[in-house]
Amino acid sequence: MFFAAFLALGFAFGQGPGGYNPGAAQGLDLAGNWAPVFHEDATERGPGPELVNYLGIPITEGARLGGLSYDASRFTVPEHQCEVHGVSYIYRGPLNLRIWELRDPVSEQLIAIMNYIDNYEQTRTIWMDGRPHPSEHAPHTWMGFSTGKWEGNILTVYTTHLKRNWIRRNGLRQSDAATLTEHFIRHGDHLTHVTIVTDPDTLSEPFIRSQDFIPRTLNGEAWKYPCDAVVEVPRPRGAVPNYLPGKNPFVHEFADKFHIPVEAALGGPETMYPEYRLKLKQVPAAPAAPAAQK
Amino acid sequence: MRAATKVGILILASLAQSARAQQTQPPGDGELELLPVQGNVYLLSGAGGNIVIQTGEQGTLIVDAGSAGMSDKILAALGKLTPKLIQYIIDTSADSDHAGGNAELRKAGTTYTGANVTGDLRDAALGAQVFAHDNVLQRMSAPTGKLSPVEPGGWPTLTFLEERKQMSFNGEPVEIIHLPGAHTDGDSIVFFRRSDVIAAGDILLTTSYPHIDLERGGSIQGEIDALNTLVEMAVPLRQEEGGTYVIPGHGRILDRFEVVEYRDMVTIVRDRIRAAMKAGMTLAQIKAARLTLDYDYRYGAKSGFGTTDNFVESVYKSLTKTK
Repeated sequence: MFFAAFLALGFAFGQGPGGYNPGAAQGLDLAGNWAPVFHEDATERGPGPELVNYLGIPITEGARLGGLSYDASRFTVPEHQCEVHGVSYIYRGPLNLRIWELRDPVSEQLIAIMNYIDNYEQTRTIWMDGRPHPSEHAPHTWMGFSTGKWEGNILTVYTTHLKRNWIRRNGLRQSDAATLTEHFIRHGDHLTHVTIVTDPDTLSEPFIRSQDFIPRTLNGEAWKYPCDAVVEVPRPRGAVPNYLPGKNPFVHEFADKFHIPVEAALGGPETMYPEYRLKLKQVPAAPAAPAAQK
Repeated sequence: MRAATKVGILILASLAQSARAQQTQPPGDGELELLPVQGNVYLLSGAGGNIVIQTGEQGTLIVDAGSAGMSDKILAALGKLTPKLIQYIIDTSADSDHAGGNAELRKAGTTYTGANVTGDLRDAALGAQVFAHDNVLQRMSAPTGKLSPVEPGGWPTLTFLEERKQMSFNGEPVEIIHLPGAHTDGDSIVFFRRSDVIAAGDILLTTSYPHIDLERGGSIQGEIDALNTLVEMAVPLRQEEGGTYVIPGHGRILDRFEVVEYRDMVTIVRDRIRAAMKAGMTLAQIKAARLTLDYDYRYGAKSGFGTTDNFVESVYKSLTKTK
């Protein structure tokens, strides 16, 4: 009888705004220190994506033009040197992740699930108390404004108010109108994190990625990320390195390396689906890049 | 109180503080929205251009006055924030959606005077003072014998010719900085130094491409120079976030990095159009080439000054002038 009463209490708490939710009532907890596993997309997530490799990303025509205008020298501009990987991208990198709960010290009700990501020293708040998202005039941030809810054993998070940031750190950008839906799924000591980016500005379809984490057991890793910008390349005031349309010298590099057509490297929604492989077989591989393009 | 509880309450208080600016609910249709920005500075939106408010013990200062006909709503919103009267209105330009409310808001404000000023000049204490660069007055008024586009009651009462006008209000240094030939020839930005907030006027917009008004002295190079000045003045708190907040003429609050992104966009578009002109392309050909496609969805306004066509044309014509 005591056990039944306990369960009923848990159910009742689960219904109230900001109260114990079903996931927490079942003892599900994401708290702890986590380390990424790189069995998925390791090349992109470690060394970094190749320039003009947009394959499999549902970018719009406009996003492609923006990507092709990107000159990696832009990173030497002081104001870009400490640019953070935004919340829809940061979990893919090498990082230490700490998760903990923030509870009301009086009622013990769950207020927020906190994340600290050592890469760029980002502290993130996922509000669990049902508060609304901010005004459209409020500032945007790298981590955005996040609200979460337990859906069974899955923590689902919705984020708005994001800064313009990477879709992929080879020049593809998502806009500040992008929103992010995430699922944190824990299987014992394995945490799967799924991100779904929606951005009518740069993506013609939602862009879905996943990454995994395991408990971090080692001590002594660096949990800091100091960043001080300096002038690395003297330039005229306000110069912004960029390639003019049709002048990107790296258009053929990835395509040549992997013997695929340039049109595949340039991405788009079609390149996201398995059926595109059949089409690829009918398209000639990339011709050697013209000298003027190199 | 146990130490752990104290720490918990401190953390909660800290989180509540950090989220303060984000908790204001969006207004309904036709309503104004008042949003705390930082320090003593607030943003009032929905009355035309953005209105930036600084208020304290001494009184109230507003940057821009919104559109004519919105003053009742503006005053009602101000009344909810502070009982202090408006003493200063600073116009960032002569645009009607920024200075249109000058006359009505000025009447509702006050100027504190004394001694022989009050005795001899009986209207000296009536209404607030309106600051602007002298070019704003020139745009609003007209030579003798010609009809002024703006009623004299809406003209600036105090103008300046120098690059930088300084004042102190509510214990805070306030700098009005003229950035010539950007959106127009009368643009000023206003820097609240202790609150660490800059009101940028229509030099910066998050709702559209910039409006470079060539007829009133604007230019693409002036616009880029002004954006670079904003970038140089703003200091992020850390990791390119927070610190100085910049309020555009229309749209939402930005930090430095987002001003950088806007500066990058304007500069890149200028570079592309300049290269196309060097290659001999006409304006029609440049428009047809869709050189702004990567930014059109975000910044191409559906109508008005900030449309893609208007922006491309103003950059083209501005570059033609400087050839």
